[in-house]
Amino acid sequence: MTRLTRFTRTTAFKLSLLYIAVFTVMSGFLLLYISRSTDNLMSEQVVQSVDTEMKGLADIYVRGGIRELVETIDRRSRHPDASLYLLTDFAGNALVGNIARLPTVVLEEADGDLRRVRYTRFGQDTEDAERQAMVRTFELRGGFRLLVGRDLGDQLRFSNLLGNALRLWLAAVIAMAAITWIFVSRRVLKRIDEISATSRRIMHGDLSERLSIAGNDDEFDRLAVNLNAMLDRIVILMQSMKDVTDNIAHDLKTPLTRLQTRIETALRVEKGEAGYKAALQATLDETDQLLRIFNALLRIARVESMAPATEMEPASLNELIAEISDLYGPLVEDEGGHLEVDLPEKLEAECNKDLIIQVLVNLIENALKYGRPETGDIHIRLSGWREGERVMLAVTDNGQGILEKDQDRVTDRFVRLEESRSEPGTGLGLSLVKAVARLHGGELRFMNEAPGLSARIDLTPVGKDSSRSDDGDGGTTGGEERSDGS
Amino acid sequence: MLRILVIEDDPEAASYLVKGLTELGHTADHAADGQNGLQMAFDSDYDILVVDRMLPKMDGLSVIKELRREQNHTPVLILSALGQVDDRVKGLKAGGDDYLPKPYAFTELQARVEALARRPKSASQVETTYTVGDLTLDRMAHSCRRGDVEIPLQPREFRLLEYLMQHAGQVVTRTMLLENVWEYHFDPQTNVIDVHISRLRSKIDKGFDTPLLHTIRGAGYTIRDATH
Repeated sequence: MTRLTRFTRTTAFKLSLLYIAVFTVMSGFLLLYISRSTDNLMSEQVVQSVDTEMKGLADIYVRGGIRELVETIDRRSRHPDASLYLLTDFAGNALVGNIARLPTVVLEEADGDLRRVRYTRFGQDTEDAERQAMVRTFELRGGFRLLVGRDLGDQLRFSNLLGNALRLWLAAVIAMAAITWIFVSRRVLKRIDEISATSRRIMHGDLSERLSIAGNDDEFDRLAVNLNAMLDRIVILMQSMKDVTDNIAHDLKTPLTRLQTRIETALRVEKGEAGYKAALQATLDETDQLLRIFNALLRIARVESMAPATEMEPASLNELIAEISDLYGPLVEDEGGHLEVDLPEKLEAECNKDLIIQVLVNLIENALKYGRPETGDIHIRLSGWREGERVMLAVTDNGQGILEKDQDRVTDRFVRLEESRSEPGTGLGLSLVKAVARLHGGELRFMNEAPGLSARIDLTPVGKDSSRSDDGDGGTTGGEERSDGS
Repeated sequence: MLRILVIEDDPEAASYLVKGLTELGHTADHAADGQNGLQMAFDSDYDILVVDRMLPKMDGLSVIKELRREQNHTPVLILSALGQVDDRVKGLKAGGDDYLPKPYAFTELQARVEALARRPKSASQVETTYTVGDLTLDRMAHSCRRGDVEIPLQPREFRLLEYLMQHAGQVVTRTMLLENVWEYHFDPQTNVIDVHISRLRSKIDKGFDTPLLHTIRGAGYTIRDATH
């Protein structure tokens, strides 16, 4: 593609061209109309004044004879802004008038029609003094011919003015087109070009790049903000993909290698049937653990990539927690502890019930594993309450809590604090809790309760939907809340 | 003995399944793709279909939908590598009767296949009273007796025992209990079910000569009268 064709293909060029064309045609029509109508108007005026004068002169001739007429014409001719007059006798000799030269054919055709002629005024007898006029010839009794006319100088000057105006106008239009082109190409198209250039860089792998925002909140800013938000989301998805692969590489490789070693050892060292059986059982246990890790990872990745709003429905947290406590209460009691439910009011939230159950189970199992106090029995509390526009759910134990510096870290994948290494587990439980909380538009937070640790997530209450009101859920859930309240 | 059709495209997984089921004394046939499987399911009268979700030619869910459309109500156990909650819902909606995510333990599959085969075909077949040895569960009166002793049960304990007795003599896994008694679909890291079982056991077996509720190591639980 040559430089020229690339230039002519730009939107700026096409827009400017269109702009010029449209404005030229429109102003052309306008000027044409103005010049036509003024021309008509002026011609009419000429016709009228010539006719009036002619009639007046004819009257003078009838009343006062040729002498009176000659005197009147002579007097009028001397006037500086006079009309044109010429009176000839039957032989064509000029008797009186202010015209020096004129095509003689005009005088011969005394048919009364107005015609345009070139003439020279008396006393300005030079070549370049030739002017234009509208004249009319009239034959009087006695063979006299009277010619009356009006000079067209004013009218011609006006046409010239219009012509100049048209040229000036065209120049202005072209200048404005150029300005438009500069504006469109510099300001608008440059930003589109910027966006496409940035997108290209992003596509080539630099995902940290973001579109620039001018800060004037125009369409381009809004576009850039949305595209940036989309990129952020993509980065999170890519990161979680990358994390999964990294973690698979790191944390699955170790047990896989151990498995391999175990099988090789079993094959090399003769152990008899019992020995083989034991080795196989051990490898089976190991693969079970591997699969558990694998499933947990996939599940987290799945939750992280889920669109919010999918599979959410209003659910009673009171029921949900009662069921969980029914399932886990006996387990906690068997461990010598106590599971308490603290839900003072009726709570409903927009949630994915299965995931929230999984979250509570993970938190309870975590509390059981790590939330044991140094002395005394473990006490776990499931609580829920309203806090502003959110519904809070918390699982609180009475154990050691976790250090503030570890609070963010524990939700990362495979992070297990040193003191918990000895406990069985995948180190993925809290990562899932965090992902589920995010899916519900909330956050997983830890609060040291001294003693104990409170793990909290916040959910959107039923009917108080803000972020998803556009998909119609808000309306239906609101209705449900009303019917519940009555 | 059950007649089982395994529709599974992976030859290794299929032969493992067929071999395992045959060793248990069942008759197992194998179809390697959806179309063939559907044909076989229509041609012979099977007790159970074990259907993989991802199959060549016709996917598992379509096979099940087609069967149900033709009024074939053979119980179906869906196997799937897609172990997510929503996939289960899709599978059951398509007409599947139970759903087992891959990878699975063979004992889990065995327990589920046998449970499906024993499932009452219609509401009229549902028994109102279950009896195992001298243990009786009256579903109408919501009461439980062992010999002459009335055993008081919590609602959840009642449902747990009800499910175990409905599958008396069969192995019932922990996951099956979690799914059917609590209607939960998650993978507990703790022995949460064992605690409930041991509480139930202390109520129905404690103080009696013969234990009825047995733990099957590596598989789950079963309730049966050992004297038979």
